[in-house]
Amino acid sequence: MSELWRDDYLSWGRTVRARHLVSNPTSQALAAEIVARSPSVLAYGCGRSYGDAPLNPGGRLIDCRGLDRIISFDGQTGVLTCEAGVRLADILAILCQPEADNGGWFLPVVPGTRFATVGGAIANDVHGKNQHRLGTFGRHVSALELARSDGTRWICSQNENADLFAATIGGIGLTGFILNATIQLQRVQGLAVEAEDIRFNNLDEFFSLAAESDAYWDYTAAWIDSFAKGRSLGRGIFSRARRIPGCAAWPPALQPRIALPPMPPISLIRPFTVWAFNAAYWRKSSFRSRSSNTGSYENVFFPLDAIADWNRVYGPKGFFQFQCVVPPPAARDAVADLLRLTARSVQGSFITGLKTFGDVPSPGLMSFPMRGTSLALDIPNRGPPTRRFLAQLEHVVMQAGGRIYPAKDAAMSAASLRQGYPQVGTFIEHIDPGFSSALAQRLALTSATR
Amino acid sequence: MVSSPSSGRTVAIFGAASDIAMAVARLCAQAGDLLVLVGRDDAALSALAADLAERGAARIAVQKADFGQVAALPGVVQAAWERFDGIDVALIAYAIQPDQPAAEQNPAAAEAALIVNFVSPALLLGEIARRCKAQGSGTIAAITSVAGDRGRKSNYIYGAAKGGLHRFLEGLRHSLHAAGVSVVDIRPGFVVTKLTAHLDRRGVLWATPDRVAKDIFEAIASGRPVLYTPWFWQPIMVAVRGLPRWVFHRTSF
Ligand SMILES: Cc1cc2nc3c(=O)[nH]c(=O)nc-3n(C[C@H](O)[C@H](O)[C@H](O)COP(=O)(O)OP(=O)(O)OC[C@H]3O[C@@H](n4cnc5c(N)ncnc54)[C@H](O)[C@@H]3O)c2cc1C
Repeated sequence: MSELWRDDYLSWGRTVRARHLVSNPTSQALAAEIVARSPSVLAYGCGRSYGDAPLNPGGRLIDCRGLDRIISFDGQTGVLTCEAGVRLADILAILCQPEADNGGWFLPVVPGTRFATVGGAIANDVHGKNQHRLGTFGRHVSALELARSDGTRWICSQNENADLFAATIGGIGLTGFILNATIQLQRVQGLAVEAEDIRFNNLDEFFSLAAESDAYWDYTAAWIDSFAKGRSLGRGIFSRARRIPGCAAWPPALQPRIALPPMPPISLIRPFTVWAFNAAYWRKSSFRSRSSNTGSYENVFFPLDAIADWNRVYGPKGFFQFQCVVPPPAARDAVADLLRLTARSVQGSFITGLKTFGDVPSPGLMSFPMRGTSLALDIPNRGPPTRRFLAQLEHVVMQAGGRIYPAKDAAMSAASLRQGYPQVGTFIEHIDPGFSSALAQRLALTSATR
Repeated sequence: MVSSPSSGRTVAIFGAASDIAMAVARLCAQAGDLLVLVGRDDAALSALAADLAERGAARIAVQKADFGQVAALPGVVQAAWERFDGIDVALIAYAIQPDQPAAEQNPAAAEAALIVNFVSPALLLGEIARRCKAQGSGTIAAITSVAGDRGRKSNYIYGAAKGGLHRFLEGLRHSLHAAGVSVVDIRPGFVVTKLTAHLDRRGVLWATPDRVAKDIFEAIASGRPVLYTPWFWQPIMVAVRGLPRWVFHRTSF
C-alpha cells in the first residue's frame, strides 16, 4: 500500500503545520499491519479536534476514513458494531431514521459536530449537551478492538482487558489503533426535539437556570457574550431541549449546507467583528427574552455544522479553543475570573460556551468531564500574546482545582495535565510505545516501557 | 435496517471493492436494490456486503472473479446473471493504473494494463450486451476516464485503453439502441481513491468518491450516454481536445 508525505493534515484550529507520512488503509487488517510495522504512528479521524491531539509531526498518520463500514446492527436491541472510521453523521443518516411510531434509535451522546468518527469520539471520550444525563460517549461503548504496535489485537470491554479498555476511552489515541467498536444506541420515542432559548443577564442567573433546567431537560448549554463586563458579566442565552415523543425528525443531509470559499488571506475574526457578532447575537432575542421551537435536532445539536470549513474564517494562523471544567465550590468565582480575563483581553472569544456537568462517572482514566462547570472559549491565534493569555486562563483553572480538555487544547503544560488528571500515571503504563502525537510530546506522555 | 421500499432493480457491479464502486453500491443499497458484488478480494467484498445490508440493500450476493483471466469472463457473467434471475443494471468499475515510464520499458506490464483496462472490460461488456439485447432492457455502465480523451505522454497506455473503451461503448450504444438498452460511459476526472493514492492530491480538481458516485447513480437512472464527473471536466476536456497539436505538445502534463 502506498504512503505519501503530505502537509495538508491539520486539526480544526489549524495552528500546527507539519508533514506526515499518511496511509489510507481500506481494511482493518491493513490498518493493523501498518500499526505493527511503524515506529511512530497515530490514527487520524476527521481532524475535528481543535488542538494537536490528532497530529504526529514528522511521523505517520493512519487516515481512518477508509474504515467506514457498518459491521452489524440489531434493530431489536440497538447494538451497533462498526469500523472506527464511520462518522457519527453516517450513523445518524443510516440507522437513526424515524420508524412507524416516529421514534427510533439515536446516538446516546453526540458532540457539537456530527463530522467526527467513532474512533475519535472514543479516543477523546466526547460529551454532549446531555452530559448531566447520560455521561460521555465511552459509557455507551460495550466493546472495542485495539491493534497494538507489537502486532497483537485486543478485544476490550468492562469485563475483558478492562484496564486497557479504561485507558483507551479518553486515551487520546495513544493506547493503540481502534479498529472497530460496539455501541449501544439509545431508544427514543421521538427523534424531534423541542428547544427553548432563554436570555439571562449575569452568571448568577446562569447558575439558577442550569439548576432548574438540568432536572427537566435532556440537553442544556449556554452561549455567553464574551465582551460583557461588570454587572452583566456572564450574560448570555441559555438553550435547553428535550425529545418530543411521537414526533419524527429526519437526519440532516450528509453535506453541510453552506460552503465557504478557500482560505481567506487574513483572519476575518478581528476584535471588532467578534464584538459585533457577540453584540448582535445577544440582541437577536432582545424583543423576547424567551423563544422556543420544535422540530429537527440539527440546529440544536450541530449549529456549527451548517457551514463547511467555518474554521477557515480565522485565516492562515488559525485559532485556539480553550475548554476547562471547574468543580463546584470554586466554579462560580473561577468562571467569573476567566470571563473577566477574556473581556479584558481585547482578543475576545468568538463563540463562548458554558455548561454544567453532572456526576455521571466516565469510564476512562483520562476522560475530561467531571462534576462542575465547563467553559469553552474560541481565541484567534495572534502569536505570543495569545499564548500568554492562554497561560493566564490555565493558571485560574489550576488554582480552582479544575482541568483542561486535551481534545480542544494546544497549549497547556505537562504539569497542568498531571494536576488535572490524577490517574495519568496508570494511563501512561498503557500507552503503546509505537504511538506518538504532537500532544503526547508536548505533555511528556510516553510509554512507560519504552 | 432502514426499510426503504425496494426499487426492485438488480444491480451487478464488476470490481465492486473499488472506492467509486463502493460509494455507488451504497446509494443503490439506500434505494433498496438487489446487489451482485463481483471482485477479486473476498474479504473486502464480504465486509462491504455487511455494510450494504445495514444500508438497506434488499438482497446481496458476493462473487469472486479475476478480471485478468479473460477466458473465464463468460462464466463470470453467467454466474452473476443467475444470482437473482437477470440483471437490470451492470456497472463495470475495475481498472489498474500502470506506471507509464516503467510500462514503456516493460512490455509485460503494458500488456497487463491493456488487458485489464481494455480487453477484459470489452469482452465482459460484450457478454452483458448479448444478454441485455435478448431480454430487451437494461442499463450498461462503465467507468472510463477523462484520460481517454486525448493521449498524453504521462499516461498514454492507460489513456489508450480508456479511449478504446470510449469507442467500444459508443459502438455498443449504437448497436443496442433499437433494443432499448442504454449504455452509459462515465468519465471521472481526478478522484481520491486507492488507484490514485500515489499521486499528490491537493488542488481544486480532486473530487471524493461520494461526489462522483452521486453523479453516476443519477446518470444510470436517466440512461445518460456520456457523463463527465464532476461536471467541470466537460468544458475542460472540450478545451483539451480542441488544443491545436503544436500547443498541446508544449504542455508537460
Ligand atoms: C464544531 C465542533 C464542536 C465540537 N463539540 C464538542 C462537544 O460538544 N463535546 C466534545 O467532547 N467534543 C467536541 N468537539 C471535539 C470533537 O468532538 C473531538 O475532538 C472528536 O474527538 C473529533 O473526532 P475526529 O474523528 O475528528 O478525531 P480526530 O480529531 O481526527 O482525532 C482525535 C483523537 O482520536 C484519535 N483517534 C481517531 N481515530 C482513532 C482510532 N481509530 N484509533 C485510535 N485513536 C483514534 C486521534 O489519534 C486523536 O488523538 C467539537 C469539535 C468541533 C469541530
